[in-house]
Amino acid sequence: MPTTVTTQEATEATGAAVRASGLGHSYGELRALEDIDLVLQAGGVLALVGPSGCGKSTLLEILAGLREPSEGTAAAGVARSAADRLERCALMAQRDLLLPWLSAIDNASLAPRLAGRPRSAARAQARPLFERFGLGGFEETRPAGLSGGMRQRVAFVRTLMAGKPVLLLDEPFAGLDAITRAEMQSWLAGVLNEDAHTVVLVTHDVEEALYLADRVAVMTARPGTVATQIEVPDPRGADRAGAVTAPEFAELRERALRALAKGAGR
Amino acid sequence: MKAVRQALPPLAVIFVLLAAWEASAKWDVLADAFTIRDFLIPAPSDVAGALWEFRGVLWDDALVTFSEVVLGFGIALVFGVAFAVALHLSPTLRRAFYPLIVASQTVPPVAIAPVLVVWFGFGIAPKLFLIALICFFPITVNTLDGLRSVDPDLIKMLRTLGASRGQTLRRAEFPWALPFAFSGARIAVAVAVIGAVFAEWAGSSEGLGHLIQVSSGQLSTDLTFAAITVLSAMAIALFGALALVERLVVNWREEPAR
Repeated sequence: MPTTVTTQEATEATGAAVRASGLGHSYGELRALEDIDLVLQAGGVLALVGPSGCGKSTLLEILAGLREPSEGTAAAGVARSAADRLERCALMAQRDLLLPWLSAIDNASLAPRLAGRPRSAARAQARPLFERFGLGGFEETRPAGLSGGMRQRVAFVRTLMAGKPVLLLDEPFAGLDAITRAEMQSWLAGVLNEDAHTVVLVTHDVEEALYLADRVAVMTARPGTVATQIEVPDPRGADRAGAVTAPEFAELRERALRALAKGAGR
Repeated sequence: MKAVRQALPPLAVIFVLLAAWEASAKWDVLADAFTIRDFLIPAPSDVAGALWEFRGVLWDDALVTFSEVVLGFGIALVFGVAFAVALHLSPTLRRAFYPLIVASQTVPPVAIAPVLVVWFGFGIAPKLFLIALICFFPITVNTLDGLRSVDPDLIKMLRTLGASRGQTLRRAEFPWALPFAFSGARIAVAVAVIGAVFAEWAGSSEGLGHLIQVSSGQLSTDLTFAAITVLSAMAIALFGALALVERLVVNWREEPAR
């Protein structure tokens, strides 16, 4: 498992950047999650795939610190309470949730602004990321003037600029068309290969999960629980089209799809 | 070019109506047929004449009414928005005060205007109170609706970025509610003029409402109509000014997609 400097202290403290132990959650009578055990080392990418309504997003919100689980524990490094997890995790949702009245760069530099940094400093911090992520020249454009893929990248920059050790991505590309989605997957693979980040990626797309993650946790239908975990030996290949059509990939894909089908039929 | 074409039908309708009005008031044949007397309905040309002849008094009274409307509206804007924010932040306050706000709207302005004169005298105070009372409701209710309609996912996103309650209000809820507040303000400014007239009727020595009351009592209907014309022009101008400010402030809605 690769490790990063940014999350080293977290790893030292608990041995894992993200951990869920015996985690369960109910909304009143509704049982959303049951007995989830997950461990993610710093710098690793874990994907959660499962049918709709299996509680993937709830699990992510719990990890992010937006809510406490009904049972068990969730931890992000040393952070165990929801308030502490909120400090360590940055959440990116399926919808870009850009503020329509702010320019792209002001949207991206929201986190440092909220932390009290002056506008010019926050924008200066965002500018190199805009260049790097192919957003150069669109700094002053409002979200309405950006394409879906660009908006999602601005949202990603905003998430990165929160400077949290753990990135939680909730179906970040689900709202995009198939071609843009494939482009964004290769783009994210490149970003993650260049700079290791600790990522939990929720998706309903098995191909996306197996292409991007080191390990894929297949979840069952409600109440959501982890049916099986699949290790991906060589994720995020530079040639996405080649990677997702390789025989080994097809084999992993079959395993994941069979696990999904079995879990959905419970 | 497009603007001219769009303005043409309403202008044509207004022109035809004015011409018919002028004809029925000025042609003796028609006027006798409808038994229209000059003091009942003056012809548009007489109204135009009165507008010019009494321009001095009309201007002075318009200034009085204008300042009442703008000040009363301003007071309602400040209190209305502040109240909306308070009700938004505290569900308890909202439950406690919301019925009272609705009740405040059921008080007929005509009925309460004389009472306000008894309380506050003949100065500007009862006018401001009545106008502010009328304007308060649409501003508060619309702003509150705007604040409450913010996308909950947006609030979650701001929380994960470390926003405090106050920052969420300032960065997301407030700008989000702006278009709502503006539509409330536009309704308010239109009814504010009506409030000013009622307040002046109840007791005053100046203003367009007062002028309407006095001139109609003296059967100088040409002056009455001239005052009414100035009054509507004022309401339309205020409405238009507010729409212009809205377009300058809420400028993120009509950006072309690339």
